[in-house]
Amino acid sequence: MQEILEVIFNINTFSAAIRISVPLVFAAIGGVFSERAGIINLGLEGMLLTGAFAGVLGSYLTSNPYIGILFAIMAGAFIGFIFALFTIKFEANHVVAGVGLNILMLGITTWLMQILWGSRGTSVNVTGLGEITIPILSSIPILGKLFGSHNILVYVMFIIVIFSWIILFKTPFGLRLRVVGENQEAADTLGIKLRKIQYTSLIFSGVLCGLGGAYLSLGQLNWFSMNMSAGRGYMALAANIFGGWNPLGAFGASYLFAYTDALQMRMQALNLNVPNEIIQMIPYILTILVLAGAMIRSRPPAGLGKHYKTNR
Amino acid sequence: MNIIEFKSIIKKFGDFIANDKIDLIIKKGEIHCLLGENGAGKTTLMNILFGLYKPEEGKIFLREKPCKINNPHKAIELGLGMIHQHFMLIDRLTTTENIIVGEEPLKNGLVDMKKAREQVKQISDNYHLAIKIDEKIENISVGEQQRVEILKVLFRKAEILIFDEPTAVLTPQEVNNLFTTLRELKAGGKTIIFITHKLEETMNISDRVTVLRKGKVISTVNTCDTSPKKLARMMVGREVLLNVNKEKGDLGDKVLEVKDLSLIGKHKNIILKNINISIRKGEIVGLAGVSGNGQLELEECLTGLRKVTSGKIILGGDEITHTPTRIRRKKGFSHIPSDCLKRGLVSTYDLTKNIILGNQDSFTKNGFLQQNDINEYCKEVIEKFDVRCQSLNESVNNLSGGNQQKLVIGRELSTNPKFILAAQPTRGVDVGAIEFIHNNILKMRKQKKAILLISAELEELLSLADRILVIYEGKIVSEKNNYTKEELGLLMAGKKASDEEILETGNRIRND
Repeated sequence: MQEILEVIFNINTFSAAIRISVPLVFAAIGGVFSERAGIINLGLEGMLLTGAFAGVLGSYLTSNPYIGILFAIMAGAFIGFIFALFTIKFEANHVVAGVGLNILMLGITTWLMQILWGSRGTSVNVTGLGEITIPILSSIPILGKLFGSHNILVYVMFIIVIFSWIILFKTPFGLRLRVVGENQEAADTLGIKLRKIQYTSLIFSGVLCGLGGAYLSLGQLNWFSMNMSAGRGYMALAANIFGGWNPLGAFGASYLFAYTDALQMRMQALNLNVPNEIIQMIPYILTILVLAGAMIRSRPPAGLGKHYKTNR
Repeated sequence: MNIIEFKSIIKKFGDFIANDKIDLIIKKGEIHCLLGENGAGKTTLMNILFGLYKPEEGKIFLREKPCKINNPHKAIELGLGMIHQHFMLIDRLTTTENIIVGEEPLKNGLVDMKKAREQVKQISDNYHLAIKIDEKIENISVGEQQRVEILKVLFRKAEILIFDEPTAVLTPQEVNNLFTTLRELKAGGKTIIFITHKLEETMNISDRVTVLRKGKVISTVNTCDTSPKKLARMMVGREVLLNVNKEKGDLGDKVLEVKDLSLIGKHKNIILKNINISIRKGEIVGLAGVSGNGQLELEECLTGLRKVTSGKIILGGDEITHTPTRIRRKKGFSHIPSDCLKRGLVSTYDLTKNIILGNQDSFTKNGFLQQNDINEYCKEVIEKFDVRCQSLNESVNNLSGGNQQKLVIGRELSTNPKFILAAQPTRGVDVGAIEFIHNNILKMRKQKKAILLISAELEELLSLADRILVIYEGKIVSEKNNYTKEELGLLMAGKKASDEEILETGNRIRND
């Protein structure tokens, strides 16, 4: 019992959870921006995968992982735009378009991997992102361990969390975006350029997923493998819901999911007399419980999933 | 000065011509009513003016200059403001946020909420439109929501205000307040276009009236030169009886009895308290009240959609307090729901399915629907109740509001019921259809049905009901055979009808 408690409250578990949470947080905030614009985004999964692939491709071509990040951002933005085109312009069902995007990106990345690197499983190794150590912070006891030394995307994530919250709740763009997600017709009658806002939000959503994907392939590892996102996009969408369509909430929810995952991994190492499969279930059981509770209280943007057609 | 001039505007939706060469002049500083039945093209025309629709042909002159209004953004820039029939408000945002969005005051690139509140407070004071500036929309009354809508438009410095059926959702008191506001706006130099299908309102508030019918302008007249009768005639295209003739009838046995019915809400709040109603054969009992005083809940209790906390409901001698809705209907209970679109119809179903809805067992043989019988029956109902449609297989979505209502009424009255619960049967319906519906209700009375008429329209109650109960905050506060309009208005507002007050409000209502 004591061993378990030690794992639960171990600083290393908390620190590992930060690393695990990064792609979730990026994608979850991507989900916030998309859904606040009224677009259900199941495509987060495919967008993450695209980012992961593009990151490795950029680093492979230039041997510079930071160029890899740039590739991931551009690829994410492009996919975000395509998704916007389908859901807004062509009025596709959001869920169908999202799932379609995921299958398409899984296919494209696997195919490109075969062409570029001759393998369907994993890519070649590329230069990954190195860790950055923050001078003074890293020497403070607990904070140093938690925040002192990470790769650049972890710090970018923290900035994005705060930045997104300010954008959403303090700027004119954010206020308009929230109106658009609630009622597109109302936004239209207010003279708000709602299409511009929706496209911008979805492209931003794609960019965030690109960053999250780049973290998966260049930050945690230094290669790309087939279906690398492994359902994180769906978890991120859940984190967005659990977090109340709020960047801070999305961060909290993602971190909770990540923490249970970290915990699960460490508990497996303890050699408890419990099958590993049971321990591996913990994060998922917790996710189900938490979501079941959150769904009852949650209140999505009122216009989520609806199409609005102007008569002009 | 002609502030707006429409020149032969044509707007089509598919083959349907919504606006057919409309010519119309609005003068600066006037209150101009656009009067017409549902589907006459009033709202379409205003949506064109506001840049929401693009007309096929025609020109708009604003301040005597031709202009193209491609989108609402442009319309707002040109000083137009529209208060839509269905409020364009975001429930979970505050009043201030709703008002400023799109024109936010800024400080360092962020929304300056302090300044926003001050600005909103200021125009709210200037125009005597009291609102709670930090309250969420979902927590304020409909009247206050409308004030927010008006402030939204004034915040954008609109000179021309378009009101689309603004009184449809308001209580009589709120209507009075709205009219005061309109007069103040006019005194302040604003031009007001007022869309309505109500004759009294038009006579009350407007300087000039333009009557539209089937997409065409019938005529523009000065309000002081016309009368409700003349307007009704122009609107419908034939003579309309504004007052129904009611013959005296004999009352038979008790059909419906409600005894001490009470309903306690989720939060232990009293919704209905000790309601007693008894209705005899051949009697119309009116239930008057401003909406939201328990009528909807009573309707739900009677139909069996909601469980009563205590009390009894008796239909034709049988207690039905705990009987399921389906059985109640089988026992001769008919129901015209207050929200006909939500509860009376399945909007994507066609006419036939909607007409047999709830009665489908009668058209079933060996578990299969008998399409021929159904079609025959539906044809009969449609003819009898004058539902205007293109075919039986068209979805009810395509029908106008008045025809949808007639369809529901036709279904409910054709099953030979004992008791009819008619809740707001003419809400949102135009004059021609109102006349028709009223006549059918009276026909039912003649056939010795018992009828409970729930309504917020004083005239409807006074002209149809044999006896009127007034409901206020879930209690029956008064019951009488004959009321004056003033008395009834006061009772509905929760006031005791003392003589002085009656006189005073009476004058006010007359003046409006």
